[in-house]
Amino acid sequence: MSAVLELDDVAIQFGGVQAVGGVSLAVEAGEFVGLIGPNGAGKTTLIRIIAGLLRPDRGRVMLAGADVTSDPTATRVRRGLALTHQIVRPFREMTVLDNVVLAAGVEHTSSPLRALLSIGRRRESERAAEILASVGLAGTERKLAGSLPLGQLKRLELARGLAIDPKVILLDEPLAGLNHTEASKQAETIADVHRRGLTVVLVEHNLEEVMRNCRRLVVLNNGQVIGDGEPRAVMADPVVHDAYVGGGMVSHAES
Amino acid sequence: MSAYGISLVSIAGINVILAVSLNIISGFCGQISLGHAAFFGAGAYAAALTMIATANVPLALLAALIMGCALGIIVGFASLRVRSDFLAVTTIGVNFLFVGFVRKQGWLGGEMGISGIPATGFGATGNAIMIVALACMTIAFSLYMSRSWMGFAFRAVGEDESAAATLGINARAYKLAAFGIGTALAGLAGALYTFFTQFITVDSFDFVFSVMLLAMVVIGGVGSTWGVAVAAVGLTLLPEAIRFVNDYRLLVFGGMLVLVIRLAPGGLAALTRNLFARGKRV
Repeated sequence: MSAVLELDDVAIQFGGVQAVGGVSLAVEAGEFVGLIGPNGAGKTTLIRIIAGLLRPDRGRVMLAGADVTSDPTATRVRRGLALTHQIVRPFREMTVLDNVVLAAGVEHTSSPLRALLSIGRRRESERAAEILASVGLAGTERKLAGSLPLGQLKRLELARGLAIDPKVILLDEPLAGLNHTEASKQAETIADVHRRGLTVVLVEHNLEEVMRNCRRLVVLNNGQVIGDGEPRAVMADPVVHDAYVGGGMVSHAES
Repeated sequence: MSAYGISLVSIAGINVILAVSLNIISGFCGQISLGHAAFFGAGAYAAALTMIATANVPLALLAALIMGCALGIIVGFASLRVRSDFLAVTTIGVNFLFVGFVRKQGWLGGEMGISGIPATGFGATGNAIMIVALACMTIAFSLYMSRSWMGFAFRAVGEDESAAATLGINARAYKLAAFGIGTALAGLAGALYTFFTQFITVDSFDFVFSVMLLAMVVIGGVGSTWGVAVAAVGLTLLPEAIRFVNDYRLLVFGGMLVLVIRLAPGGLAALTRNLFARGKRV
């Protein structure tokens, strides 16, 4: 079994509303999966379940073959799951570099005692600087993270995710709030990350970029997977068509 | 040095340990505690009982350290459950609970406190030297911690717990560690206080003292070990030097607290940094 991230019949109910109703999904190593769905489809809930912020009523979440359903976020991160937030959450009072250094030092921060006994951070600083350069943030290292504009903060989120050296990275709307130029640059960076061998799960509203970059598309509606496969084939499926997009959007994405 | 001078040095040293240890909890890790005096008191009582039973100084220090730490970890568990502003309220409650509990306990001397605690045998000067040495060690430890990955992770937890979690940092473990270490040092300060006075009453460990300690942290500069240590010494000596400050201690400290928060939120540490930065520019 080479699934990096696997959901097995995951379901959760909020006060009688079935937000996610039995989703099974296996993401294989090296895949680039786009996860889309209309508002209220259960995307955010599913992300929260994968991130460990919500416990599903039933079903299992597996990371690299290990059951992490009852593990908190930090444990999942240590098992190779990187997460970026839809709404950016940098440590504003730290420098851009320190934000990434801290992520690069996951080995040191695994327990308070270990952290107390570790001092040096030169290796992590060098790695962090490389990662910042790879996402196009070279030159901002010494600025306070709080002083960066949104476009750069979105990149910083990505850089922090990469710095933990994950097996799979879950990107929650990394393009939201960016203008067209910024968005395509950011999408290019993400495609680059995938080319270097990282498994990517991209949750995004920007259908154009999803269609252009993802190799596999999963469509969620009413808490169910209604489409899963090659993006164009999925979008051509009348079920997906009816439930989610009008014909106009598909042709827009294809153009 | 005069007996008066020695007692001033002793009290300043004890306050440095208390303020620097509170800074670990509230400054480094961002968990506002308004009950630090309770852990100080727990250490003092543990040391007093140990001294009466065994007259063994290292054992009394150890008992105080363990008592402060144990109580701190229990309260630390509360910090996992409540948001930061409620933590302040919870720790105030812990302080009142401590004072109220001790007042009613015959075996802890109740209202009268514990007197006739055996001396350490080091003399007043010896005690003062021990206190200053331990205060220096506390400062050194705090400086080291701030530079270590623990200090780094503390700052992350203090700023945004869920963002810290996405970097694989277990915020619960770190918050407990901050409480455990900070309160263990407060317990240690309690033992030193017991050695110094040989007579303790619960009134020395009340909420007002906790506020004074937090004032030292804020005035010194939240998160700055040196700033907090300097403020602890300064605020200990100020009432001795100026009669007016002694008479209106709470008024003066309260006023300074408000002024610092309003005009220089970074405290003494930030003021000095700015001064140096300006000096360089000129």
